[in-house]
Amino acid sequence: MSLSLRVWSGRQPRARTDKVAALLTWLSALVLLVFLALPLLAMLGKALRDKSDQFVGLANFAGLFTPRFVFLLGNSLSVAVISTLVVVPLAFVFAAALTRTCMPGRPVFRMLALIPLLAPSLLPGISLIYLFGNQGLLKSWFAAAGISIYGPWGIVLGEMFYTFPHALMILLTALALADARLYEAATALGAGRMRQFATVTLPSVRYGLISAAMLVFTLVMTDFGVPTIVGGRYDVLAVEIYKQVIGQQNFGRGAVYGICLLLPAVLSWVLDRHVQRKQQAMLSARAQPLQPKRQPLRDALALLVCVVIALWLLGMLGVSVAAAFIKQWPYNLSLTLAHFDFDNMDGGGWQAWRNSLRLAGGAALVGGVVAFIGAYWVEKTRAAPLGRATINMLAILPMAVPGLVLGLGYIFFFNAPGNPLNVLYGTMALLVLCTVVHYYSTAHLTALTALKQLDGEFEYVAASLQVPFWTTLRRVTLPICLPAVLDIARYYFVSGMTTLSAVIFLYTPDTVLSAVAVLNMDDAGDTAAAAAMASLIVATSVAVCLVFGGVSWWALRRTQRWRLR
Amino acid sequence: MKADPVIHLTQTAALGLGGISKRFGSFSALRDIELAVHKGEFVCLLGPSGCGKTTLLRIIAGLDSADTGRITMHGKDVTHLPPAKRDYGIVFQSYALFPNLTVTQNIAYGLKGRRQDQRQRVTELLSLIDLAGIEDRYPNQLSGGQQQRVALARALATSPGLLLLDEPLSALDARVREHLRREIRSLQQRLGITTIMVTHDQEEALTMADRIVVMNHGVIEQIGTPEDIYARPQSRFVAEFVGRANWLPGVVEAGHCVRTGDVSLQLPDSAAVKTGDAVQLFIRPEAISIEARWQGGRNAVLAQLISQELLGGFCRLTLSVPAMGNLNLIADVSRPTLAQLRLDQGQRLPLTLSPAALRVFTDEAAA
Repeated sequence: MSLSLRVWSGRQPRARTDKVAALLTWLSALVLLVFLALPLLAMLGKALRDKSDQFVGLANFAGLFTPRFVFLLGNSLSVAVISTLVVVPLAFVFAAALTRTCMPGRPVFRMLALIPLLAPSLLPGISLIYLFGNQGLLKSWFAAAGISIYGPWGIVLGEMFYTFPHALMILLTALALADARLYEAATALGAGRMRQFATVTLPSVRYGLISAAMLVFTLVMTDFGVPTIVGGRYDVLAVEIYKQVIGQQNFGRGAVYGICLLLPAVLSWVLDRHVQRKQQAMLSARAQPLQPKRQPLRDALALLVCVVIALWLLGMLGVSVAAAFIKQWPYNLSLTLAHFDFDNMDGGGWQAWRNSLRLAGGAALVGGVVAFIGAYWVEKTRAAPLGRATINMLAILPMAVPGLVLGLGYIFFFNAPGNPLNVLYGTMALLVLCTVVHYYSTAHLTALTALKQLDGEFEYVAASLQVPFWTTLRRVTLPICLPAVLDIARYYFVSGMTTLSAVIFLYTPDTVLSAVAVLNMDDAGDTAAAAAMASLIVATSVAVCLVFGGVSWWALRRTQRWRLR
Repeated sequence: MKADPVIHLTQTAALGLGGISKRFGSFSALRDIELAVHKGEFVCLLGPSGCGKTTLLRIIAGLDSADTGRITMHGKDVTHLPPAKRDYGIVFQSYALFPNLTVTQNIAYGLKGRRQDQRQRVTELLSLIDLAGIEDRYPNQLSGGQQQRVALARALATSPGLLLLDEPLSALDARVREHLRREIRSLQQRLGITTIMVTHDQEEALTMADRIVVMNHGVIEQIGTPEDIYARPQSRFVAEFVGRANWLPGVVEAGHCVRTGDVSLQLPDSAAVKTGDAVQLFIRPEAISIEARWQGGRNAVLAQLISQELLGGFCRLTLSVPAMGNLNLIADVSRPTLAQLRLDQGQRLPLTLSPAALRVFTDEAAA
């Protein structure tokens, strides 16, 4: 992790504003300590205790390697590895087509490829069932091959949909960092296309490839949305945790399995941080951006691949949406709105959707403020070095913590008798804070990137003019970073709409959420209603993204006039 | 750690530095810096990169703290005061203009009081820096030189007692830079504001400063007027860093002379040397006078022309002196002189190294 803090050296003069900054910095650090570090510690502690809450050391781990556990771990690893091997090359080709060719419609393809981010991971599972399930439209395809969609193949197909945009975003960044001078030099030295690919392109994106692979692997290992829908009897670790905790109230076993999920996630996270630092060092400031040249054959091929992938993504989404409006798939294809009559079904009703809106809105508001301010202390102030180091370290930790593990930690910490914060347990406020923490890393890094683009000397100038830091924050820093803040809020909103893994342990009948409702309705066998609710989530996410787009455009036009020359 | 340094600063010193030292790990960035800047004075901190000049400026500004030493401003000890409690304005190399604020808002950023008074002050300052009429523009709509002057106006807006400039001209192209040198200097003289400027450009320091502080490896090599620094450098480093130099190794002999090869050169009367000392003689290229015909006299030698290089207003000759073991010298001559000489490659030329232009260095110290 990069602890690139500007620490005061020696005895440092302190002003009153520094004391205010120190106080507020510690307040930000406290939020992360209480809502991230302590729940995780509570979970680790739980893994060392037995059912009657007696300390048993590592005894819980001793009996870990039962045939059952080995079976679960093997299943999880298999689908994770296969998904990674399929998704990363696909995403790489797609990213290369977007950044290194002149094919038409690149912005449209870029947007289409990000669609899965707007849906809960349950949606691809539901679509797969409608396509290849027992009553599936294309059931014969799988039947002909002699395999069932309920099992590893279904999980891999679903995870491909779910993880594709995540891998794509990393690879787009890696491929965008191209230095045209290297390609010109290679051409001038007479290197052919294959040689250029092997000696220039691959080395420059290898860290991106590693990062993408790590991310996909971790996402699949820790996701339980897809396998819970299409896994059938092919149990994986993530689903088992859910079953142990919710079904059998076996918290100790849940905690131990949770740590097993945490381990690969933390490992790949550490490796990824290491790799990312190298990636950053690779591109010098003097690099010339690469302008792809027109090559009809290659561009046409790229277009073909992108069309196929985009159609597949749209198709997966489209099936769920269609199923939501169709009376009885595949026997009665007439249209109906009956599946949206959530109030007359189990699962939570329209209340679930309204709760999700509240959660998403709350997370956008709280997360936008907390993440930006936290990053501001780290990057722009110099008071409370220890507090800033705490924020910097904890802020990137959520990336390595699977939602299920975070949710478990919340149970153990906030539901503990004697904890004064117990009053939060079961409230919407806790769900909002949990979501803010769960998605904190991306928000923090977005804010940090925006803040780093500001001249580090603004604060010194302000100090020399005897203007306190909050004035500069309000008049300069925040207005310049407004686009990034809106981005963070939008990201939190969409995440709040689709989130399932952390909140699955924390909701109550009063705070049931729409993604949870999808799961419950599917469990109850009401797949069409589940599809309807999942489609509603996507529609809400899309609508909010459009609203955010409009607001951003309007706000930028009003506040960013200075960007014009 | 050494005892608290005793500083002898007059009450009139606008800025006093006593025993300032700073280490970064095992690297000694500044060692025992002593400096007193008078009110209204323009002082340049000059030195190569890594000499500690920027660190010193940041310590004066309170952006870094010294390990030891004291800082006073107008007799008041500010060593432990935060930046906001010290009375100065600062202009950075990047200008650090707030990009989302107009010129007016930038300049008025540190001003308090009624809006009307603020506007009036901004108008005043803009006319002072000769940029009236750009009030409502944003920084990225201004040229580099304009941005620089707006940053200057912002630093001056609150009428600080001290102006700090951190390489303020190095981001500009040569022509603008030369123009702004004169602008800043005349503005500083009109306002009578005490100013400290960090620069690595010796020409900038020589043209702008009242006094120059030459720094190297974290210590002050010499403090003096531009004339002192150029004509009477006190160390080999100063002589080499400011302007060009010729070095002639030799040994002191009787009769206040130095023998270099087969030539005996007369020293200036002021030089205090002992017979038998090994010394280095120093002479500026333009101080070497070239005659059209051999006239003999004190310190006259014959040299051979190796090459000539036109540098605009003057010409730089590379010469070899056979009597000094083919030692190479460079000499600058003006174009009219050059025309009179009518030089040919390999031609022999009589030179005079006048005693008044020679300086004697024994090891590092100037004599």
